[in-house]
Amino acid sequence: MRNLPPFLMIVKEGLDKTLTVAKFLCALHVTNTYLCTSVMAQGPSMLPTFNLTGDLLLAERISARFGRVGPGDIVIIRSPENPRKIVAKRVKGVEGDSVTYVVEPKSSDRCETVVVPKGHVWIEGDNIYDSNDSRKFGAVPYGLIQGKVFWRIWPREGFGSVR
Amino acid sequence: MGTQNFLWTFAKKYFTVGVVALTISDRYASIVPVRGVSMSPTFNPHSSNHSSTLMGSNDDCVLVEKFCLEKYKFSPGDVVVFCSPTDHREKHVKRITALPGDWISSPGDALKIPEGHCWVEGDNFASSLDSRSYGPIPLGLVRGRVTHVVWPPQRVGKVERRIPQDGLPF
Repeated sequence: MRNLPPFLMIVKEGLDKTLTVAKFLCALHVTNTYLCTSVMAQGPSMLPTFNLTGDLLLAERISARFGRVGPGDIVIIRSPENPRKIVAKRVKGVEGDSVTYVVEPKSSDRCETVVVPKGHVWIEGDNIYDSNDSRKFGAVPYGLIQGKVFWRIWPREGFGSVR
Repeated sequence: MGTQNFLWTFAKKYFTVGVVALTISDRYASIVPVRGVSMSPTFNPHSSNHSSTLMGSNDDCVLVEKFCLEKYKFSPGDVVVFCSPTDHREKHVKRITALPGDWISSPGDALKIPEGHCWVEGDNFASSLDSRSYGPIPLGLVRGRVTHVVWPPQRVGKVERRIPQDGLPF
């Protein structure tokens, strides 16, 4: 160590620091992908549960991976219409369930019943008057679910667990 | 005392390597074995349905790249790994034959691929469970794109993009 020229010492220190940062980023990725992630939800489809302008939420990844997502849970899911978009909706039924829903609440009270196929879930926004969900694009495969929302961080008045 | 210290350092090293390997496998590329004959002759050209369940050593191993998950931009003819729409714990490997907006002709009628979905088919038409059974799949189910075969050594090479002609097997 003592015999290395100063230049090599700096290079070695630089490499050590870079390695530490790389290890930290990898740990961050693993936590984000397998444990818990944060997501910003905005839009009118989950009123009154979530605000129009945006809520910062925490979603855990473990329930979805083990198939423990059930009716009543709020999930973050990759949109079947645009794979780059993540949306937050509530699960209304899992495979085998019979779901009854109002097709067009703004115009009529007509209801339809559908059985959720194997490996799929039925998602709906809490605000059925303004929500693009399974009533438009049908049941979505379970594999699109990215996590289950369990905590709200922002706004501060709403800080706490989300049901 | 010394052994405890040594074991602790060893465990830490293992854990770090594990975390780094997991990140690389999720974000950049990973190597996975391919089971079954639905993609013959591209993968597993010589095994039959009976022998494939016996030993993993007969299976082809492929390199799956994850860079495509940034933009979800695929071309027709790409071979992709995706979560099965009927069981989210299973992963399937098939070829994309149609992208959003394309028309697929099935016996009797024509189907337009909706926005955000794709049509996947196995190269081995005769024995492949694919979009012809469960319909178009959302692109969000795709977990990576197969670029190369890495095992067995005699068939190492790039997996080419091929657009199959209607009804004609390879």
